[in-house]
Amino acid sequence: MQQDHLLTAKQLSRADIEAVLERAAEFDGDPDAARERHAGELLALCFFEPSTRTKMSFETAAKRLGAGVVDMGSVDDSSVKKGESLADTARVVEGYADGIVLRHPRQGSAKLASEHVDVPVVNAGDGAGHHPSQTLLDLYTIREHAGLDDLSIGIVGDLKYGRTVHSLAHALTNFDARQHFVSPESLRLPRSVRYDLHEAGAQVREHEDLEAVLPNVDVLYVTRIQRERFPDDDEYEAVAGEYRLTPELLAEHASDDLAVMHPLPRVDEIAPEVDDTEYATYFEQAHNGVPVRMALLDSLL
Amino acid sequence: MTETELRVSKIQNGTVLDHLTAGEALHVLAMLGIDGSGGETVSLGMNVPSDRLGRKDVVKVEGRELSDSEAEVLSLIAPEATVNIVRDYDVVEKRRVERPEEVSGVLTCPNSECITNAGEPADPTFAVLDDGVRCEYCGEIVRDDITAHLGDGPQSV
Ligand SMILES: [Zn+2]
Repeated sequence: MQQDHLLTAKQLSRADIEAVLERAAEFDGDPDAARERHAGELLALCFFEPSTRTKMSFETAAKRLGAGVVDMGSVDDSSVKKGESLADTARVVEGYADGIVLRHPRQGSAKLASEHVDVPVVNAGDGAGHHPSQTLLDLYTIREHAGLDDLSIGIVGDLKYGRTVHSLAHALTNFDARQHFVSPESLRLPRSVRYDLHEAGAQVREHEDLEAVLPNVDVLYVTRIQRERFPDDDEYEAVAGEYRLTPELLAEHASDDLAVMHPLPRVDEIAPEVDDTEYATYFEQAHNGVPVRMALLDSLL
Repeated sequence: MTETELRVSKIQNGTVLDHLTAGEALHVLAMLGIDGSGGETVSLGMNVPSDRLGRKDVVKVEGRELSDSEAEVLSLIAPEATVNIVRDYDVVEKRRVERPEEVSGVLTCPNSECITNAGEPADPTFAVLDDGVRCEYCGEIVRDDITAHLGDGPQSV
């Protein structure tokens, strides 16, 4: 990659993405070959909000490259609770480690941290902002199942607050991809993301009806709609029900080789019965996190 | 001598902001953090007839020279503005404001979840778009009413 940090998916060129995905495929094919590549190096995991899954995925990737990890632990136990700034935390951690993986509730936090340190910073989620390492593993999975060019993808759920959606949408503008966004009106893509997609000349359509989109997409990327986004439970139940995937819905409307993806964890937006169908791609997607993050760390460390 | 030149020559030391978009004079003062509490002499003309603009506002501030970063943000509110720096009754510097590529340190981000609103050592920085500004940290776009997002006044004078 050309950059020192991975802060947003917007910074990734097609060449950057392809380089990471190709390296990831090599690691995927032969994990042992990478065992000593980063021996003696240390990666700091700074998670200011809980995310067991992403953190474990980075830790596994680092260890498979031969690197060690140092973990800030939970925010409750750290100096953050005592009011230390993120900038100070980053500067202190820089002295311990060769790279920093940061998850933080505020948008722009990874950019801020990167301005105060000389080691690479990976944004592992900044509030409703970006989650670019998730995007790389999403792209890897899409490439395996449908290819990244001449792609038709449906992205459904909470498009307003869903950072995985924002990052994926940005990254897909590098490819010949038609993006169909499906959400209730209140959870549409934020203005800033629509602005970027427009600037990038992306092929974008917005929908409210999932059934109408299903027959026309190769990939369906599902995200969770959270109860707290709605003023009352009834409204939430109505929307959640409308976008809930079941084997029956898929059998009736989707093409046979549709790949259903989800950044996980899911709650009930995908019925458990879908897991046993050919559509289910989300667990494989999660597994892809390790080789993709290995490739990412390999290029930054 | 035209009426405008006469007005310009009336302050001893300070800044005359001329050719402000009509109706923006009070926003300009707010942007500069000038509310009269500092004791400086401030005068303003609103809807003054202008050859170039039809109507314009004019603001004169005694004892205060506009910094470059202030002039840049001024360009967002009043793209036709001219800044006259006055010393000892003479206009020693006269320039048009230029629309910068980015502005830093004067606007605050309207997104409460933005890291620049968290007490961190971050200068809120905005990319200037054709029709608004955009936070470089969180990506939030501000189109209408930029003056509503002015910070607590400029850090440098
Ligand atoms: Zn912001």
